[in-house]
Amino acid sequence: MLELKHIDKTYNPGTVNELCFFRDFNLTIDDGSFVSVVGSNGSGKTSMLNIICGSIDIDGGQLVMNGEDISRQKEFIRHRKIGRVYQNPAFGTCPDMTIMENMSLADNKGKSYNLTRGANKARREEYREMLVPLGLGLEDKLDIKVGSLSGGQRQALALLMSTMTPIDFLILDEHTAALDPKTAEIIMELTGRIVAEKKLTTVMVTHNLRYALEYGDRLLMMHEGHVILDKAGEEKKKLKLEEVLHKFDEISIEAGN
Amino acid sequence: MALLISVFEQGFIYAVMALGIYITYKILDFPDLTVDGSFPMGAAIAAVMITNGVPALVTLPVAFLGGGAAGLLTGLIHVKLRVRDLLSGIIMMTALYTVNLRIMGKANIPLYSSETIFDNDLVNGIFKGPLDDAKTTIILLVIVLVVKLVLDWYLKTKSGFILRAVGSNDKIVTTLGVDKGRIKILGLVIANGLCTLAGCLYAQEQRYADVSMGTGTMVIGLASVIIGTTLFRKVSFINVTASVILGSVIYKACVAAAVHFLHNADDMKLITSVLFTIILVISMDKKRKVASDA
Repeated sequence: MLELKHIDKTYNPGTVNELCFFRDFNLTIDDGSFVSVVGSNGSGKTSMLNIICGSIDIDGGQLVMNGEDISRQKEFIRHRKIGRVYQNPAFGTCPDMTIMENMSLADNKGKSYNLTRGANKARREEYREMLVPLGLGLEDKLDIKVGSLSGGQRQALALLMSTMTPIDFLILDEHTAALDPKTAEIIMELTGRIVAEKKLTTVMVTHNLRYALEYGDRLLMMHEGHVILDKAGEEKKKLKLEEVLHKFDEISIEAGN
Repeated sequence: MALLISVFEQGFIYAVMALGIYITYKILDFPDLTVDGSFPMGAAIAAVMITNGVPALVTLPVAFLGGGAAGLLTGLIHVKLRVRDLLSGIIMMTALYTVNLRIMGKANIPLYSSETIFDNDLVNGIFKGPLDDAKTTIILLVIVLVVKLVLDWYLKTKSGFILRAVGSNDKIVTTLGVDKGRIKILGLVIANGLCTLAGCLYAQEQRYADVSMGTGTMVIGLASVIIGTTLFRKVSFINVTASVILGSVIYKACVAAAVHFLHNADDMKLITSVLFTIILVISMDKKRKVASDA
């Protein structure tokens, strides 16, 4: 379980650009839930993910993961229990290394990066089998550098890598936003499959309202640092695209978008 | 012939340093100026130890450790004190000038009559007659090959993988739960260790140590790395560490040729800069062409 308690965050405090982002922000994410988060630009969706992951510090409040206060924990330590896929496909893989090397690197998460052999040759066949269901032909490219792959292929690999080892939370930061519609669809299906298979607690920020409705068991809409719509379970299933769109229009007009 | 031998000798010595620069510049993308101080540090360590009667072979690991310590400090200044990469190196380079002076006690130490790793009873016993002229080159070749093979092996270990990952995409290192700062420091330790090792070899080959012999080390190393990686990128049987070594020899050959035709060794540093600029422009030109093809 992940709890955000009374989170305060102000950007550029004490300057003319002072921007109060979160004031007394509260959110609880239950184990096993798949939360989709939508909202206009600047609504605080990505900031919220950054706060959870420790990429930005909070000014006040508490962040509790499975009962442990992690508010002051360093980003890299938090990530030992968190998998994250970024919007930019280049962030999730190492372009100068091969698929095999990338997967070996990800497979070793949580263990020591010591002086034993880096490429996990014994697992090569298993890696290949993991790549087959993606349907992107990556299983025949194990020794090709990731930098020469397309954005969609890289993102699929990034998703696979972020979930290779046991993690408590999966954070998806608009991970389909930079892809063409067809590839986005493939990555989204893959996401649904992995989350279901591994029963991962997931927070997904997306601009695609249809994905937010179709995937996950809870939907949040954010606006100016507040949750303005929170539907879970049966309520979420009944939610129609028109309703969400209508609500979205309201906040967009208010914000002048 | 003597010119050729000197090109290979110097090329191999600077190749050890260039392999270190390859780690910082190419792998970590860290322009590390510490090397201008850690190279003469190696020379200082070698000179002081040898004149005090320590066996020449012992100077090599000691030099490596000394340079490692310098790299560690640069890394700590950069990572813990959050000083920009270039400035961290400049700070250490400046500090090392004094450190090197203190190690030596004076600005230069000659090693004319002392035993070195290239000139001792054992070596002279093995290389007799016609081989005598080539003994330094052969010993250096062995050393540079050992360094290359160890580095090749290291870059294929898990630790080597994560080092490459820091340079390739440091975000992923964080998401793997690893402190990227520590990995950067590790890279700087290895790189400066190699650089100091090269300085230690240089002092023994030249038979003197001078506190100012490090000026331009960074430029020479970068030039070697860029020449090697640009020229041999497409040659599949020459891997990247081998290309850096070849780059270093080619660079030394260019400098030797330039000095030979200009008849004046005082022009060395100017030639170095001009050559380096030409190399940079040519290699950047290639990059641009590749980009426009894509």
